[in-house]
Amino acid sequence: MAYAMDILPNQILRHIQYDHRERVLSSKTIWICASCYTCSVRCPNNIDIAKIMDTLRGLAIHSGIKPGEKDIPIFHSVFLDTIKSKGRIHELSLILQFKFKTKDFFKDAGLGLKMYRKGKIKLFPSKFGGGREIKEIFNAFEKGERR
Amino acid sequence: MKEISYYPGCSLHGTAGEYDDSIRGVSNLLDIKLHELEDWTCCGASSAHCTDEQLAIDLAARNLAIAEKSDRELLVPCVACYSRFKWAEKESKEHPEKIHFSYRGNIPIRYVLDFFCEGPILEEIKKKMTKPLSGLKVACYYGCLTVRPPKMTGIKEYENPQHMDHLMELLGAEPIPWSYKADCCGASLVMTRTDIVRRLSGKLLSMAKEAEADCLVTGCPMCHANLDTRQEELDKEVGENFNIPVLYFTELIGLSLGHKDVKKWLSHHITDPIKALSAKGLM
Repeated sequence: MAYAMDILPNQILRHIQYDHRERVLSSKTIWICASCYTCSVRCPNNIDIAKIMDTLRGLAIHSGIKPGEKDIPIFHSVFLDTIKSKGRIHELSLILQFKFKTKDFFKDAGLGLKMYRKGKIKLFPSKFGGGREIKEIFNAFEKGERR
Repeated sequence: MKEISYYPGCSLHGTAGEYDDSIRGVSNLLDIKLHELEDWTCCGASSAHCTDEQLAIDLAARNLAIAEKSDRELLVPCVACYSRFKWAEKESKEHPEKIHFSYRGNIPIRYVLDFFCEGPILEEIKKKMTKPLSGLKVACYYGCLTVRPPKMTGIKEYENPQHMDHLMELLGAEPIPWSYKADCCGASLVMTRTDIVRRLSGKLLSMAKEAEADCLVTGCPMCHANLDTRQEELDKEVGENFNIPVLYFTELIGLSLGHKDVKKWLSHHITDPIKALSAKGLM
């Protein structure tokens, strides 16, 4: 994973100590981290690096700093929009909305068709869930009430 | 009969439908009754915790509050959901003020692989097995969040986990030793940085192949999708011919128990496992 990062995780921690806010929050690294927790469990100083990456992504979203990775933050926001409107993730809706936002319509189209033929793509969501409670969760999130 | 609450999660109602079907099928044969949670919603998975900690806790805690209305344990088949639930459980103990639902952290949250690897269930499988998976070499692939972080999962051998290997041995298969059991496949980066997923998953497939495995076995819907669906692309990219089936461990339990729907489950896979299993005389 580290090969795809522009700043290595240990360097990210050093930049944090030096308060290089913009450098850290505009890095690719914080978005490339897939939260696999390998570094967290191997860190000799017991630093939960994966958890720190979560915090940095949260800070980056609110910072107004241009993210180092274009599509990943868009994916997360589309993912959350899908939960907000449907309560559950319906994969096809998620994919179509993501493609609409990134304007990359043809990527994986062949694979999508193959998966559809194998019965892996459900055209319609199973059920909308959550109702009022999901609305309340997202209201609080958007207003920052529980943060 | 054992009764347990069940949170399938979004993937199992979509691309991982055969995982859901095989869990239900196998549970049925083993006298385990699954009670699907009423009105469950998405756990927030890969995106909520990358965006806002409280949102991630809320989305998980809502489901756990539903589960806690009964005193049954909660069975969770997707490791992303499992991991988010375990975080919420930890928060409910350390920072109860962050929990905005009736959830108090009182029900055991069980990942489906850990659950099926437990003594009494293994005994039950052994008793009811009709077709041992003799001659099948399997690479047990645990992935990340099934074992990490160990303070959440409770898995002691998180660098070289063994429980799925033991289960496969019990089913009569031969788990091969390999060093990539708990390496990352790239997970949810599949839609945004497919190149990374191709590289990481390609490495896993190459290493399983080099270790002469007939198939990979997993208990994670995301790992399954990443490893199963892109083998043809990878063949072209690296000039290999992978063609290595990726199975859910519950499908193999079903096969060894002689479940009538195994073929139906396996027919949903992109990399065909039926031919390889037939060649071994197992189907």
